[in-house]
Amino acid sequence: MEVTSNQFKQEASKALRNPVLQKALGHIEEGFVEARNQAARRLPEFEQMRDRARDIKAHAIDNLGFYLSQFEDQVIAQGGQVHWAADAQEAREIVAAICLDQGARNIAKSKSMVTEEIELGPYLEAKGLASVETDLGEYIIQLRDEKPSHIIAPIIHLSKEQVSDTFYEHHQKHGYFDKLTERSALVKQARSVLRKSFMNADVGITGANFLVAETGSVVLVTNEGNGDLVTTIPDTHIVVTGIEKVVPTMDDCHTLLRVLVRSATGQDTTSYVSFFTGAKRPGDAAGPSNFHVVLVDNGRSDMVGGVNHDMLRCIRCGACLNHCPVYANIGGHAYGSVYPGPMGAVLTPQLAGVEQAIDLPNASTFCGKCEEVCPVRIPLPSLMRHWREEEFARHLTPKPMRFGLGMWSWLGRQPALYRVVLSMVQRVLGLFAKRGWVKHLPMGTSWTLYRDMKAPKGGSFQQQWRRR
Amino acid sequence: MAEASTKGKRVALFATCLVDLMRPNVGFAAARLIEDAGYQLEVPEGQTCCGQPAYNGGDRAAAVAAALYTIDVLSGFDYVVLPSGSCAAMISRHYPTLFEKGSANHDRAVALAARTFELTVFLADIAKTELSSSSTIGAITYHDSCSGLRELGIHDQPRKLLSAMEGVTISEMKNPDTCCGFGGTFCIKYPEISSRLAERKASDIVQTGASTLVAGDVGCMLNIEGKLHRQGSDIKVRHVAEILADMVDD
Ligand code: SF4
Repeated sequence: MEVTSNQFKQEASKALRNPVLQKALGHIEEGFVEARNQAARRLPEFEQMRDRARDIKAHAIDNLGFYLSQFEDQVIAQGGQVHWAADAQEAREIVAAICLDQGARNIAKSKSMVTEEIELGPYLEAKGLASVETDLGEYIIQLRDEKPSHIIAPIIHLSKEQVSDTFYEHHQKHGYFDKLTERSALVKQARSVLRKSFMNADVGITGANFLVAETGSVVLVTNEGNGDLVTTIPDTHIVVTGIEKVVPTMDDCHTLLRVLVRSATGQDTTSYVSFFTGAKRPGDAAGPSNFHVVLVDNGRSDMVGGVNHDMLRCIRCGACLNHCPVYANIGGHAYGSVYPGPMGAVLTPQLAGVEQAIDLPNASTFCGKCEEVCPVRIPLPSLMRHWREEEFARHLTPKPMRFGLGMWSWLGRQPALYRVVLSMVQRVLGLFAKRGWVKHLPMGTSWTLYRDMKAPKGGSFQQQWRRR
Repeated sequence: MAEASTKGKRVALFATCLVDLMRPNVGFAAARLIEDAGYQLEVPEGQTCCGQPAYNGGDRAAAVAAALYTIDVLSGFDYVVLPSGSCAAMISRHYPTLFEKGSANHDRAVALAARTFELTVFLADIAKTELSSSSTIGAITYHDSCSGLRELGIHDQPRKLLSAMEGVTISEMKNPDTCCGFGGTFCIKYPEISSRLAERKASDIVQTGASTLVAGDVGCMLNIEGKLHRQGSDIKVRHVAEILADMVDD
């Protein structure tokens, strides 16, 4: 996975100074945080349901091989095909081969984070297989040649005006020459442009939210209904998804759907929940004749039994992003990965290599809000801490930090010297203080560029206590 | 069944390095509260830092060494009390995870964890203190420190203790449980992001109209106080112990 996560600091700094982005991020609180919290309050058994959801996913991951092969058998029994992709390259090749085999000219895609992860779009394009994103947000991202900045709300970073400019620039070739200002007008225009892509598509590509082992069903939630259109008109439906999406039964799937949607958008359910089970049968009114499921591993099976095992429970709801105070202030692009925020801070180092994403597990205050809201109770701060340990062990921790931590830890075991150093530090702070406040500290500008510090006085607590 | 009183037992005050260095007054206030609640208070010699910076910085070996050192310093007491949610959580939640289950050190860590409490939890839930003190502080607003809130479930205890005091009214801010941006070394590693979080917190505080911000962790206090002061605000920032003991030092 290509990432630019090692530019985190610079990008975060830019994000903090970008007024358009800051305004756009302001919608997260009302649109997602409040909505999720209200949804949780409306459902008295929500917390118990989260426990169930955690247990279902944990069980499925512990028996991954079993449920995946059950799923495969069921898909085949329903007239579909299953393809196993060990990594991103294999996955891309499999999808391209199916498209070429079908003589595809028009490919319609619905939103899928796994296709972002494996960078499917650019690969298909290079093979002359252009695909159109049909989720409104992803479509706008595609026109702007950007990456999504949120796993469920890809254009959370954009303003209405930016979308208007983008449509004005790209829709003239479709015969639209007016600059639109109303949200509803923008949606309407996108709908009529996209309608053509749906009608002409010969291959539809979707992701999956869940794979149901007992029935071989692929389950997809959307609010726009594009998932259904992408799969009913074309004769070929390709599902590209991660192996961790499998759950044992339809009942399990329903429990997960209930926590997923509430955690994601605060809705009780999405406008559309689609179940795709196999290829078109004789007598079916519609549906694809060719039904393919590409199961992508791409580093996931390496996580089984390892320190990041629990991360395989993730159902990509985005709650940890929405509720993260860091994400809420810098947005998703600064993370330099399609998986941003707390879940990305765990997944990105796993998928791209921790040396490619040194900042991500560190750019958290460990406030624990992500773990508090995660529907499947993934201990995200502990997993980030594992990465910090890995970085420390591999000497990837910045040298001054490593040195400072080492000194402080050593000092902590020399109580006499510790007391001397504490009173020295107090004295130094006193020297720099004016009327009791330190406003500039040459060796502490990380602090004093942004805040003052009240100078302590009278010696350390322990000194004063003994003197009492 | 009447609960056996815990009064008269030996309590170790673990001041924490930030109190030791930056806010000695918080240590004195905590000590008075514990003594007034009827306990035999001691400040064990040789106490330093609980090892949290190393633990969260990925230096597990140093965290283990700090834990072993601190377990020794704090051995032999009935209770260990800290005026900090995050350091109390370090000892009671994280120390046991540093050692292999079944090992002697694990047993010692678990035993220490079981008798370690954050100050307001100790006062409200163990000592069941009925404070009769009063204060002239007036309207305050309370910031929930993240570790205390989410690792130890501290929410009602400080509010209950504070609102029992004459002369104290709590005016809740919007999102009292949103992180202030301190985050230990986070504020040094990512100062710009940290500062933005502190700005948001400061603005929520200012909006309450309260003249004092009260919190239970000196780390958060330094961050919020530093930001408020830089902005020219005269809102005072106090530790919950300072208010409860009515021992404000300036
Ligand atoms: S880690 Fe949890 S909260 Fe975050 S996206 Fe995954 S399931 Fe949702």
